[in-house]
Amino acid sequence: MSDTTFAPTYGPVAIPVRELLPWAIFAGLMLLMMIYFVGAEEGATSLIRGTMVHEFVHDGRHLLGFPCH
Amino acid sequence: MVGKLLLRGMLVGLVAGILAFAFARVYGEPQVDRAIAFEEQQAQAAGEAPEPEMVSRATQAGIGLATGVLVYGAALGGLFSLVFAYAYGRLGSLGPRGTSALIALLGFLAVIVVPSLKYPANPPAVGNAETIAYRTELFFIMIVVSTAAMVAAVGLAQRLWSRLGAWNASIVAGLAFLVVFALVKAALPDINEVPENFSATVLWQFRVASLGIQLVLWAVVGLGFGAVAERVVAVRDQRGPARRYA
Repeated sequence: MSDTTFAPTYGPVAIPVRELLPWAIFAGLMLLMMIYFVGAEEGATSLIRGTMVHEFVHDGRHLLGFPCH
Repeated sequence: MVGKLLLRGMLVGLVAGILAFAFARVYGEPQVDRAIAFEEQQAQAAGEAPEPEMVSRATQAGIGLATGVLVYGAALGGLFSLVFAYAYGRLGSLGPRGTSALIALLGFLAVIVVPSLKYPANPPAVGNAETIAYRTELFFIMIVVSTAAMVAAVGLAQRLWSRLGAWNASIVAGLAFLVVFALVKAALPDINEVPENFSATVLWQFRVASLGIQLVLWAVVGLGFGAVAERVVAVRDQRGPARRYA
């Protein structure tokens, strides 16, 4: 117990990478897919047939800076 | 911990998206309308039949725009929270608000400003439909390269920190980033597909509005997320009141 101290330690504690990794991979992929659908689906590439997604988010795509058509 | 941060990041991103939508309605939509009017006028002059409207303009400028910006905002907030979760505690003694603000500033520069200096946003009527795949590819390459260069620059600053001090280390890293940007800008092909008689005013105002929308998003996420993250990380940091953070 010699290292017990009454003065609280201040300083940010980093989150270990192994705790972060599953979140970064699964959530990261999902979030990138969201951006893909707003920014690029039915433009350069297409997962869904037609142009409805493209037409629906058309203005947002232009104004957010993505190449639209 | 990470899940809590992620949820809060997406919520802050959603709020940022609502504000960005309001900004886009007021400053962006008039430019989109002017560009579409130009497009129709050109088509008419060329004797082409008007394009069939699959989604009405009102929908595109209303619920469509809102959906696009809100989904983008939530996704940005979520990704932001993941970057924060990694960076927090790894950037010296910077507290949650400082870490969040710094990530937002550097992220805005690397992901938005620098790529848009090479490939700026374009309103309707600007850009050939045949080159969309090519332009999209270059646009994303630019973002990836610029972001990688920023990450490397932050790493460089940290490595030089103890030897040069905070200011000089940051200046050297910033200059290194600029050199990489200048090289990439020179290496990648230019794209200029603005029609000859397209209004320079509309183009300028559209691009300023586009940058403004991103500024609203990144500023709200950067400042807002730091505030909500403070409560989450304080538990782990085992500190007293949150105001003790630098």
